[in-house]
Formats: sequence, structure tokens, C-alpha cells
Amino acid sequence: MKHIQRYMKNINLIIGLLVIVGFLIIMIISFFYTPHDVNSMNIPQKLRSPSSDYLFGTDEFGRDIFSRIMKGTQTAFAVGLLTVFIGTIFGILIGGIAGYVGGWIDEIFMRMMDALMAFPGIILALMLVAVFGPGIVNTAIALGIIAIPAIARITRGGFVQHRDTEYVLAAKLIGVKPYSIMFRHILPNISSQIIVAATVTFATAMLAEAALSYLGLGVQPPNPSWGRMLKDSQAYLVGAPWYTYAPGGAITVLVLGLYMLSNALRDFMDPRSKA
Amino acid sequence: MYIIRRFILLITTILLVSIITFGVFQILPGDPVQTMLGTEADPTQIENLRSELGLNRPLYEQYTDWVKGLLTGELGNSIRFSMPVKDLLFDRLPVTMSLAGLTLVIVLLISLPLGMFAARRQNKFSDMSLSTVTQVGMAIPSFWLGMILILYVGLQFSFFKISGYIPWTQSVAGALSTLVLPALTIAIPQIAVNFRYVRTSILEQVQLDYVRTIRSKGMSEQNVMYKHVLKNSMIPILTVFGLIMAEVVAGTIIVEQVFSLPGVGQLLITAISNRDFPLVQGIVMYITVAVVMINFMVDILYSVLDPRIRLR
Repeated sequence: MKHIQRYMKNINLIIGLLVIVGFLIIMIISFFYTPHDVNSMNIPQKLRSPSSDYLFGTDEFGRDIFSRIMKGTQTAFAVGLLTVFIGTIFGILIGGIAGYVGGWIDEIFMRMMDALMAFPGIILALMLVAVFGPGIVNTAIALGIIAIPAIARITRGGFVQHRDTEYVLAAKLIGVKPYSIMFRHILPNISSQIIVAATVTFATAMLAEAALSYLGLGVQPPNPSWGRMLKDSQAYLVGAPWYTYAPGGAITVLVLGLYMLSNALRDFMDPRSKA
Repeated sequence: MYIIRRFILLITTILLVSIITFGVFQILPGDPVQTMLGTEADPTQIENLRSELGLNRPLYEQYTDWVKGLLTGELGNSIRFSMPVKDLLFDRLPVTMSLAGLTLVIVLLISLPLGMFAARRQNKFSDMSLSTVTQVGMAIPSFWLGMILILYVGLQFSFFKISGYIPWTQSVAGALSTLVLPALTIAIPQIAVNFRYVRTSILEQVQLDYVRTIRSKGMSEQNVMYKHVLKNSMIPILTVFGLIMAEVVAGTIIVEQVFSLPGVGQLLITAISNRDFPLVQGIVMYITVAVVMINFMVDILYSVLDPRIRLR
């Protein structure tokens, strides 16, 4: 049974990578080429079922759904990457300082993180979006803020574990500056845990962006967003079910790929978790 | 000692949550009074309404007033509905609470047996395929799942209503016909998560020495499972319960939109779209405090069931 388990883990890695690389390629292509124009309306062709001309059918304005799905990868990756960027930068800073310095600073920083984590994620996202307003960047800022506490906790844990080790003491004794110890010496040692957490953040950010856009509070037209497409498709569920499959399927497959990748990374980078 | 420590933590968390909820709205671009009255409003009219709403006073006074309001349940009036926030909230609360309650029941009823089943068949085909299926369950956006359920269940069976709400007091079957599908929608991803916890928790127990001892004493596998392992593995699962509660509450916000249920979530979305900040603040604060309190109670219950936790 052992070899089946190992095989499963490789499968996680292979499928996860294939999915993400696949979507990345689609995203790059979408900058130069889509089968049809993404925004041009063509009312006579509205709500056509999938065909060789319109691979995933057309929407209520006769726009090609396949082209819009392609273009939507840009939005998904933009929001996902920006969210992960904000979440990890601030998470590492806050968690790193809290863990390395300790004492009161640690207490204050981590109680703040607890308070942020106390909000159910989507509630905090909705409140922040209410303040910042909708749009790609604002959505990513809101989701990034939500991502900070989890990354900060993991970073803090790692720093607490490492701050009293011999190699850190040695670095201190030869006069290495604190920021250098923190980010050049300790950080690389805990980067694997942070990378795994960042992958999960990427996946949850995509789900949250889709949810906010579905509620009409995330990415705004004319930027194609999978969540927004799902919202629009709901009115045509019965007559044009294909309209809902394409964006829903795209989100599910991409998020699943990210989950699989994060599982595989966790197993590869942290052999202890196998126990 | 543990309970006191947890209680202090609870109070600090709620205090910080209230500061964040209040503070976030201070960095807001745009003037709520201007929004209410429109751009052509007369400046004296604006000034009057501003003082009526207390917006011209120092921030800390506004904050302490707001906190006093939270404690007494008086959260002021909604700008959009010109009604007390409290009344609006209490009108909608039964819908959301029924939905959340039904969801929890479904999550527990399905994930516990499923987790036990998978744990007993560790690494067999059925266990592996369940793990794969649940991973998909976690990746599907809940609102899309709701739409799929509408299409393939709601519209196929005349029992289900795919939009609106019928109160329990009016008809139990009616309430169920409006709530079962949204509850399933929220429950499915949570079942996927909880199933994994149940499975892991049972597998961790099975490895422990006491299980080997009772097995070697000749106890039947049935008794080992139901009398010992299950009881002990439920304790760690209790902590997950708090997490699931938060997810279920968050889930109701979105899924209420899919099924047009007139609950707190719908109220929150309306409030945000109308830039009705007193209402948004009130809803966010009450929901978050409710979730924090549930987590607190779960922690206390946990420490009663497993006294070792108090030493940590």
C-alpha cells in the first residue's frame, strides 16, 4: 500500500502542475489571441449552444463564452497573485517581527491577527470592499488583508522555533544585523511552510474573488470575471445550462489544481507531516 | 485559571474586532450624509443631518457611543431603511438561523459516518476515492453548487422552492422546501472538510497504546471502535466545530443570494450596495461576535472534556 500512497502524491503534483501551467498558457495566449472578440456583442447569436465555432456557446449578448473564459484567467491570476503578494509580504513582516522580537510586540501583533481572524473571511472581505469600493485591485487588497493573519502565524511559529538556535546565536555573535538574521538566515529555513500556505491562499483568494464578483461587489465589467459570468448565467440556467458550466468548471478545476499542488508541496517539503 | 485566561482573550478579541469594524469605516472615501441627500443638497441641511447622526463629534465619542449601543442592542438607525438596525436584523435573523442550523445538522449527519467509514478502510480503494471526491467538494464555489442543485434538483422536483422563504411557524414542510437546497449547498464543502478531520482523528486514536491494549485483551473490533475510539476521537473534532460554524455563517451570506432568501446576508449585501454604514457595521459586528462566542464556548467545553488542554 505504501507505493500506492507515494504514487498518489506524485499524481497530486503532476495534475496540480498540469492544471496550473495549462491555465497559465491560456492566460498568456489570451493577451494576443482569443477566437472571438471578448466584448463585442452579437445579439443574433445570443445563447447559442456549444458548437465548433463557439466552443462553450455564447452568452445573452452573443459574446463567445470560451473567449471570455480565456480572458477571465487574467483576472483570476491578477487577483490571486496580488492577494498572495500582499498577504505574504505583510504576513512575513508581522509574523517575523513578532516571533523574533517577542515580548509585548509579539503579544500586540498576534492579538491583532487573532482579531482579524475572528471575522468570518467573507464578512471581512465584504466590509473591506464596502469601504474600498469594487474593482480588481481593491478586491485583491481586501483579500490580501484577510490572508495576512494565517501567514503571520506560520511565520511567527517558525521564528520562535529558530530564534534561540545555535546558528542564530552564532550570527548574532559575529555582529550580523537583526534584519539580516531575520530575513537572510531564519526566513529561508521556514520558506517551505510559507510557500505551502501561499498556495492555499492563492486558491482561497480565487474562490473569494469569484464569490465577491458573483455578489456584484468584486471585479466589475467590462473585465471578464468567472464569478461575474456565473452571476449573469443564473438567469439563463434552464434555457442555456452551458453558460454556467464553463466559468464554474474553470474555477473548480483551477482551485482543485492549486489544492493538489499545495498537498504535494506539503508532503515534499515537510517529510515530518508524512508520519 | 484556563477559563479566566480564555475569557480575557475573548474580551480583548471582541474589543479589537469592534475597533476594526468601527475604524475601517473612518477611512471611507465619500461622505455618507452627502450620499443620502444627493449632491444638490443644501449645506445647512447637510449640517443638520450630520449633527443628528452624531457625525460632527470627536471620533472617540462616536466610538464609545457605538459600543454602548452594541451592548444595549441600540445600534442607531439604518440610513437606507430609516429603521432601527436592531429591528431590521431581528426580522431577518430567523431565516439565517434556520438555514445555519439545518446546515449544521446535515454536515454532522453525513460527515461523521463518512469519516468513520473511510478510517476503517484506510488506504483501500473506497477511502482513496472518498478523499478525491471530497477534494473536489472543497474546490467548487458554493454559489455555483447552489445553481447546479437548482438546475438538477430544485427544478426537477416540485417539492422544492428555488427562491423565497416560508417561515417554520407557517408550515414545516414549506420551510424545508425552501431551506433544504441552500443548506445542502453550504453543507457539501463543509462535509468535505469535516470528513477529513473525522478520518484523521480516528486514525490518530487507533495508533494509541490503549487501543492496542484493549485489542490484545480480546475486545471485539466493534466495541473497540464504538466504545473507545469514537468517544475519544470526537474531542478533537469539537474544535473543528467552531471553525465549521464560522464557515457556515459565512456560507449563508452568499447562498442566501443564490436562493433569494430574505436573511441577514441579503440585508448585508443590500446595505453595502446602498452604502448604509450603520447597518453594515451592526451586521458585521453581531455576526462576528456570535462566531467568537461560539468558539469561546467550544474551547470551554473542550477543556471540560479534555482537562489536559488546560495545562497548555
